[in-house]
Amino acid sequence: MNFDDTPQEAAFRETARKWIEANAPKELHAELSKSSLGRIRLANRDIVDVGKAWQKKKFEGNWACLHWPKEYGGRGATPIEKVIWQQEEGVYGKLTQPFQIGEGMCGPTVMAFGSEDAKRRYLPKLASGEEIWCQLFSEPSAGSDVAGLRTRAEKKGDNWVVNGQKIWTSGAHYSDYGLLIARTDPNVPKHKGLTMFFLDMKSPGVEVRPIKQANGMQEFNEVYFTDVVIPDSQRLGAVGEGWSVSLTTLMNERMSIGARLATGVPEMFEFCSSLMLEDGLAIDDPAVRSKLASWAAKSSGLKYTSYRTISALSKGERPGPENSIGKLVSGMMLQDIATCAMDLQGAAGVLTGNDEETVQGQFQQMLLSSPSMRIAGGTDEILRNIIAERVLGLPGDIRVDKDVPYNKIPTKGR
Amino acid sequence: MNFDFSDDQKQLRDQARKFLAEKCPPKAVRVVLDGKAPYDKELWKGLAEMGFLGVAIPEEFGGAGAGHLELCVIAEEMGRANAPVPFSSTVYLAAEALLIAGSDAQKKKWLPAIAAGEAIGTLALFEGKGNPSPKNVKITAANGVLNGVKKPVADGAIADFAVVAARTGSSGRENDISLFLVDLKAGGVEVKSLTNLDPTRGQAEISFRECKAEPLGAAGEGWSILTQMLDRAAVLCAFEQVGGADRALEMGRDYALDRIAFGRQIGSFQAVKHMLADMYVSATLARSNSYYSAWALSTNAAELPEAAAAARISATQAFQHCAKNNIQVHGGMGFTWEFDCHMYYRRANAMALGLGSLSYWEDQLIERMRKKNAA
Repeated sequence: MNFDDTPQEAAFRETARKWIEANAPKELHAELSKSSLGRIRLANRDIVDVGKAWQKKKFEGNWACLHWPKEYGGRGATPIEKVIWQQEEGVYGKLTQPFQIGEGMCGPTVMAFGSEDAKRRYLPKLASGEEIWCQLFSEPSAGSDVAGLRTRAEKKGDNWVVNGQKIWTSGAHYSDYGLLIARTDPNVPKHKGLTMFFLDMKSPGVEVRPIKQANGMQEFNEVYFTDVVIPDSQRLGAVGEGWSVSLTTLMNERMSIGARLATGVPEMFEFCSSLMLEDGLAIDDPAVRSKLASWAAKSSGLKYTSYRTISALSKGERPGPENSIGKLVSGMMLQDIATCAMDLQGAAGVLTGNDEETVQGQFQQMLLSSPSMRIAGGTDEILRNIIAERVLGLPGDIRVDKDVPYNKIPTKGR
Repeated sequence: MNFDFSDDQKQLRDQARKFLAEKCPPKAVRVVLDGKAPYDKELWKGLAEMGFLGVAIPEEFGGAGAGHLELCVIAEEMGRANAPVPFSSTVYLAAEALLIAGSDAQKKKWLPAIAAGEAIGTLALFEGKGNPSPKNVKITAANGVLNGVKKPVADGAIADFAVVAARTGSSGRENDISLFLVDLKAGGVEVKSLTNLDPTRGQAEISFRECKAEPLGAAGEGWSILTQMLDRAAVLCAFEQVGGADRALEMGRDYALDRIAFGRQIGSFQAVKHMLADMYVSATLARSNSYYSAWALSTNAAELPEAAAAARISATQAFQHCAKNNIQVHGGMGFTWEFDCHMYYRRANAMALGLGSLSYWEDQLIERMRKKNAA
């Protein structure tokens, strides 16, 4: 048992470190180092512009989309090399936010199902950051049950005509292309009537509207489709096979391992270490330290769980299922920590401005944002189902709509 | 990075699991549970023959001279099997105390006997309610004799010797405390068995009256040695707890697959699935924290105190959580004496207290993190 790199890994790390040292936008280091839940914001510059510059530099240095094959703009790196790169890239990795969906989900789907021409045309530009991709899966009435989606694609000659609405689309407003799943046959059961496409987000009939979220921010979009024309050459996989194509996409999402999720523990530890209560420091209060210790133990548990996954990758093994707990644990913890921190602030905890009493409202912001951590990318409940079914081998839910034609499934609860 | 046990260590784990499945089935645990024997003597002998008791004891003292990582994998299996033997008292506490602070003569006397299964040792620390603290050590040692009462002492009624914490000063500081090695079969010792939560592991009251005791480690160093002992034992117990948690989760999972209600497997109900998924989450966090503490223990890293406390908290919570919800998944059958669920429930809750309760270790973790942050 050790935490050391193999000689090969150490050499790779050294090369990566040197390149980053010579090329990273160091002037942004301090600002990027500040912890942040959700979208990164820079005071004077647009994250997409800065991100594109960093992505382009990485692409030219052969450090973009590391695990992709070289001919499509990657480096042909091993999974462990990708993890090492992410560790070395550190806070600059936050600049890759606009490209993560493309690299992690859209790109691999095009790679698996696109024609050779499409792969050579789209993947290198995705890798270089020149073109940004978004993913158009969720709908207002198809969230956890994404296969229940309603957006229709109808064949007209060599084209498909799309009508409908997607929601929760990150980056749709700055994306060039989108990966779209749509219903092509409503007369068969829901999983069987879906087809996957990609489209130019500038196509006529595509309208992107920002969503004002419960926390007051705007980070996601709704995307409306009105008679949008997609050539059949932009279909990925066979007609009616969209569901199994989407599983490839989502499987790639789950492989994104190196990402360390925010837990709120370091912020809370610092806060409790300096907050003076009537009887002394908050951290000396038995009730506070009991909670803090439990959170700290959970947080270290997550850290070393990811180390176990990295070790499996390092040995060239398939990682076990243990990494599936990350978001489930950290999402709930963020919410609990925010609530506890505000409780310690007493009446002043209600303030959300730049107030001294509330440490600039950081926990208030955490409270308002944390519900999304428990929903986006799989709700807590879906994640528990996944653990129960795929890890523990428990039976799947009894699905009452499994064999019912899509257009016979009830659409209203009451 | 290789944050995992080696193939040899995994092989040892398989070997231990196989051995315990054969020699320590629930039926054997029940013999002790039902009070028909104070511990499983046959199993204890077998553990010695397998070399498990002395796995971390150096060869010069009759052990296998492997290491703490090897002991961790065995500990996990002991927890999984709910083994009714004084393994933790003897191996994690008494043997480790000798390794940390014993003189050559003391090691020569006791370590080979431990490895051979001929001596059972324990730690006599507590005196009634309360967590580990120099303040709570009241029994006195003067002129080589002990006077006072220790309670509860795990495995005290079957132990041959004990490491006893006693007061040798009255300055109010940690260095008032010294450790002593006491042959419990000699004079001046009175042992009384106590009923307790987990009858598969006995508890006793030990009274010392003008009892001869030899110092273990330097005078006044007792608390510092004890702190190291508790950290090491916290790591090793965490592995037992991880093993127990995993087994309780497995039992719950299996029952959820077998049991039919409302015309379907109860494991198909989300209320049950989610309970089991949460148990998996706890068990996974505990395992990962325990692995880290194992690394710290085996390399004697400066991170050991913090890692041990985190592992202790995580593993205590996981075992309690899994044992409790295992009964819930079983429903009424889980509350019968006949089903094994309560054995894990008892063990989980007894283990949660043995080295100091959860709140004690939460205190320790925060203090240790603070110290690190200040440095």
